Amino acid sequence: MELCNCIEPPWPADELLMKYQYISDFFIALAYFSIPLELIYFVKKSAVFPYRWVLVQFGAFIVLCGATHLINLWTFTLHTRTVAVVMTSAKILTAAVSCATALMLVHIIPDLLSVKTREIFLKNKAAELDREMGLIRTQEETGRHVRMLTHEIRSTLDRHTILKTTLVELGSTLGLEECALWMPTRTGLELQLSYTLRHQNPVGFTVPTQLPVINQVFNTNRAVKISPSSPVARLRPTGKYMPGEVVAVRVPLLHLSDFHIHDWPELSTKRYALMVLMLPSDSARQWHVHELELVEVVADQVAVALSHAAILEESMKARDLLMEQNVALDHARREAETAVRARNDFLAVMNHEMRTPMHAIIALSSLLLETDLSPEQRLMVETILKSSNLLATLINDVLDLSRLEDGSLQLEIGTFSLHALFREALNLIRPIASVKKLYITMSLSPDLPQYAIGDEKRLMQIILNVVGNAVKFSKEGGVSVSAFVAKPDSLRDPRTPDFFPIPSDNHFYMRVEVKDTGSGINPQDIPKLFMKFVHSQPHATKNSDGSGLGLAICKRFVNLMEGQLSIESEGLGKGSTAIFIVKLGIPGRSNEPKLSFVHKGTKNQVKPNFSGLKVVLLDDNSVGRMVTKGLLVHIGCDVLAVSSGDECIRVVTHEHKVVFLDVSMPGVDSFEVAVKIQEKFSKRVDRPLIVALTGNNDRMTKENCRRVGMKGVILKPVSLDKMRTALSDILEHGYLVESQ
Amino acid sequence: MEIVGQLQKQFVDFTTSLYREGILDGQFVELQKLQDESTPDFVCELVSEYFQDSEKILTNLTTALQQQVVNFKVVDDHVHQFKGSSSSMGALRVRNMCIAFKSLCEEKNLDGCLRCLQQLKHEFYLVKNKWETLFRLERQILEAGGAVPFVDYRFY
Repeated sequence: MELCNCIEPPWPADELLMKYQYISDFFIALAYFSIPLELIYFVKKSAVFPYRWVLVQFGAFIVLCGATHLINLWTFTLHTRTVAVVMTSAKILTAAVSCATALMLVHIIPDLLSVKTREIFLKNKAAELDREMGLIRTQEETGRHVRMLTHEIRSTLDRHTILKTTLVELGSTLGLEECALWMPTRTGLELQLSYTLRHQNPVGFTVPTQLPVINQVFNTNRAVKISPSSPVARLRPTGKYMPGEVVAVRVPLLHLSDFHIHDWPELSTKRYALMVLMLPSDSARQWHVHELELVEVVADQVAVALSHAAILEESMKARDLLMEQNVALDHARREAETAVRARNDFLAVMNHEMRTPMHAIIALSSLLLETDLSPEQRLMVETILKSSNLLATLINDVLDLSRLEDGSLQLEIGTFSLHALFREALNLIRPIASVKKLYITMSLSPDLPQYAIGDEKRLMQIILNVVGNAVKFSKEGGVSVSAFVAKPDSLRDPRTPDFFPIPSDNHFYMRVEVKDTGSGINPQDIPKLFMKFVHSQPHATKNSDGSGLGLAICKRFVNLMEGQLSIESEGLGKGSTAIFIVKLGIPGRSNEPKLSFVHKGTKNQVKPNFSGLKVVLLDDNSVGRMVTKGLLVHIGCDVLAVSSGDECIRVVTHEHKVVFLDVSMPGVDSFEVAVKIQEKFSKRVDRPLIVALTGNNDRMTKENCRRVGMKGVILKPVSLDKMRTALSDILEHGYLVESQ
Repeated sequence: MEIVGQLQKQFVDFTTSLYREGILDGQFVELQKLQDESTPDFVCELVSEYFQDSEKILTNLTTALQQQVVNFKVVDDHVHQFKGSSSSMGALRVRNMCIAFKSLCEEKNLDGCLRCLQQLKHEFYLVKNKWETLFRLERQILEAGGAVPFVDYRFY
C-alpha cells in the first residue's frame, strides 16, 4: 500500500456506473456554471428586475453546486486528501448557501407569484381599456359623421337634397342595409314611401297612419325598435332568413306657424314623417344605444332643416308674387298716366278750340245787341247770348272738373279778408234775392279771424254756388248764411265718421251753414246732388238752369281744402241746409301786429260813432239789466234801461237808434213790444233798429225775431267785443252780424 | 311793498282757482272789463245786486215748492230768472244747476226739484262766499297801497 494520504472512493469502482456518474456530474457542473451566466446575461438585458441580490445569492448557490459537482469528478479516482478537503469545504459551503437560499426563497416566491397575478390583472385591464377605447373611437366617429351629416343637411335648402343626403349619410355611417322615409299624404291619413336608399323607384307604397306600430313610433321622440315584418319595414326582397333589426323614428314636419317666439314649437297637431332604418340581414348586429341616439339627433336636425327649407320656399314664392304684382302695377300706372296725358292734351286743345269760337259768338252777340234791332231780333240775340254764356260756363266747368279729378288742379293760396269775401259774395247775390223777395242774412262769428289764408277765388265760387242754389230753389222766405269756427266735436259728423279734422296752431276749420226756406229735397235724392250732370229736381222749373256740375265742382273744391260739403233736408217743402267745412290757414304771428293795428284803426273809426249813441234796453232781470247796461255804457252809449214792455214802448223816441229787447223774459211778450215799437214810428227812417237778446240759440226764437222785424239776435252772455262788433255791424249794415 | 306782493299773489291764486274749479267762467272776466275809473265799483255793486236778487228767487222757489199743488210753470220761471242772472254774472256752476233744475221742472219731478233746490242753494252760497273772499282780498290790496291785478283766466 502506498501511503499517499489519498482517499478512496466510498464505493467500488464499477467501471460503467462510474463512467455514467462521471459524465452526469460533468454535465451538471456545466449546467450549473452556465445558469448564472445566462442569468447574468438576461438580467443585464432586462431593465426591471427587483430582486438582484436574490440573483446573486442564487448565483452563488448554483456556482457552488457546480463547483461541488466539478470537484466530485476528481473523487471518482484516487485523489489526494487536498482534493477531499476542497470537496468537503465546497460541499459545506454549498449546503450553507443552499439552506440560506431555500430559506430566502420561502420569503420570495409568494412575492413573485403575486407579481404574476398583478401582471395578469393589468393585462386584463389593458385589454378592457382597449375595447373601451375602440368603442369611444367608434362613437367619436359616428359623432363626426353626425356633424358632417348635419352640416350636409343644413347646407342645403332644397328638400329633396336634404332627405336624400340624410339617408345616404345615415346608411354609410351606420352601415345600414336599407333606409327609408315615409311622408304623410295631404290628407294625413296615409304615409307614402317617398325616399329610399337602395330601393329604386319608391312610388306608390302607402300605409295607413293609424297602424299601432306607427302610432307607437309617433308617440315618442325616441327611436323605437320595430319588427322587421311590419308593413313599413317590408322593403327588402324576401327570402333572407335572418332580417336585421329595424328601428323607426319620427321626424316632425314643422310649419312656420309652429314657431312661437319664446318656446320651442309645441308638438300638438303634428304631422310626422317616418324614418325606417334597417341593419344588414344575417349580420347579427344589434342596435347600440349610441346608434339610436344618433338616429334621434339626425331626425331632429332633419326636421329643422326641412322647416327652414319650407320657410325659404314660402318666402321665395311670396317674393316672386310681389315682383309680379309690382310689374303689373307699374304697367298699369304707366298706362293710366298715358291715358291721362292723352286726355289732358285733348282737353287743352278742345278747350282752346272751343273757346275761340265761343268768344266770337259772345262778343259779336253783345255787339249786335248794341245796334238797332227789332224786338223779335233782340229777343233772338239775347237768347243766343244767354245760351252761349251757358255754353262757355259749361266748357269752363268741364275743364275745371277734369283737372280737379286727376288732381292737377292746385289751389291758389293767399291771404284774404273773410269778412270782405262774404260781403262781396252776398252783394252779388242780393240783387237776385231781392228780386225774388227773399231775404239774405249773414252772420259771421266773432271768433273767426279777420284774415285767413286760402284760395279766395275758389272759396268765393263755393259760396256763390251754394248760396246761389239756395236762392234759386227758394220761392219764398229767404236764405241765412252763418259762418263760424268749427269746434272739434261739432266737426265730427256721424254721417261721415271718417272725417277727423284736427285744428292746429296754424289752421282752423271754418264751418258755413246756408239755410234756405225753399222747396227742400227728398232725402233719397241728396246723394244725387253731387253727381255730375244729374238734375236733382225732377220737377225743376224752366228757370232752373244749372248744368248739373256746380255742386260736384264745389264738393271737389271743398275736398281740396281738406273739408266736407253736405246737404241736409227734412223733406220736400221743408227747406234745406247746405253745410261746408273748409280748412283755412291763420296768418302768422308776424302778420298779427299789422292786422291788429288795422283792426284798431277800424275800431277807432267806429268807436266815436258809439259815443252818445242813444239806445233803449229792456230786461226784467235786474242783474242782467245791470250787466247789459254796464256793457253799453262802457262802449259809450247813452242807455235808457227799462224793466217792462209798456215802459219800453212809452220811452222809445226817434232819437234812439237801437232798442235791445231781452226775448227770454217769461212774463213779457217781447215780440209784441217789437211790433208795437215799429207801429209807433210810421216813417221808416225814424224807426230804431230792434235787436233781441236771448239765452236761447234755437231756431224758433230766431224765426220769431225775424218775423217781427227784428234786425238781429245776440246771444247772452255778451262779451264786450261781441257787443262792439254787433253794434258796429248793425249800424253799418242795418242788419246784424249774428253773434253765436 | 312785500305785503302787497304777497296779497296780490294770494289774490291771483285764489281767482285762478275759482276759474279752474269752474265756479266762475269767462263772463266774470268780461264784467271786470266793464269797470273803469268812471265806474270803480261796478262789479261790487253788480255782485251785491245779484246776491239780493238771488236770495229773493231762492225764497220764492222754496215757497213755490212747498205748496200743496206745485205750479211747475212758476217754479220754472223763477229758475229761468236765476239762470239768466247767474249766466250774466259768470257764476257757472249755479247756472248749470239751474239748467238741471229746469229739466226737472219739465218732468214735473217734485222730489228731484227739492233735491236740486238744496244743491242750488249750496252752489249759490258757495259762490257768494267765494265772491266775498275775493272782494275782501281786493280791499286788502287796495288798503296796502297796491293795485288789484286783472286775472284773465285764459292766460293762467
